[in-house]
Amino acid sequence: MAIEVRIPTILRTYTGGAKAVDATGVTLDELIGDLESRHPGLKDRLVDGAGLRRFVNVYLNDEDVRFLGGLSTPVADGDTVTVLPAVAGGAR
Amino acid sequence: MPYGEAMLTIARELVDKIVAHARADHPDEACGVVAGPAGSDRPERFVPMENAERSPTFYRFDSMEQFRVWREMDDKDEEPVVIYHSHTATQAYPSRTDVSYASEPNAHYVLVSTASDDVEFRSYRIVEGVITEEPVKIVEAYG
Repeated sequence: MAIEVRIPTILRTYTGGAKAVDATGVTLDELIGDLESRHPGLKDRLVDGAGLRRFVNVYLNDEDVRFLGGLSTPVADGDTVTVLPAVAGGAR
Repeated sequence: MPYGEAMLTIARELVDKIVAHARADHPDEACGVVAGPAGSDRPERFVPMENAERSPTFYRFDSMEQFRVWREMDDKDEEPVVIYHSHTATQAYPSRTDVSYASEPNAHYVLVSTASDDVEFRSYRIVEGVITEEPVKIVEAYG
């Protein structure tokens, strides 16, 4: 078993077009490290020095990980992680 | 790359709903999507979204609402054909902020300006930082 990671359209260039890929890890941080080893370049689109990028939403099952533990959120086999770029903008 | 014609074809009823939402939330920016069958390039299902920023100069979909709406689209085999928001004091042209956060390369980005009584309704593709305005064809019904 592994953790399913759902990839948004704009990041599928890193996954050979796949909508979902498998990864492993005990925390979200480890999971993203494992993703990076399989799909180089993906990590930089998800995190920066300070943690998760501000305009990327990452969900563990049905919860935004910002309301859980951010990058230290525990993950387990059978979980689903969903990545969605925030829809944002404005005149400012 | 975006597919479909370099034009937004949209039902008048949907244009009216987008404009009504923009007017109702003025002076804050309003935002939302119009979903349609994946690959069809045809906007059908109007989904007004909460502007989590409640700001006259910025919008951001509420992250949990976006999750629910994106999952619902996935379940129905739909995609966001139109992503709309309003500018309430400036023209309906994508700002630098709009371009930097544009993350749906297949979507028509609709901008509505409520800066004057005559509401502007314009559509753009925003792909890899490049803005391309496209004509808007308003129809009574899809053929």
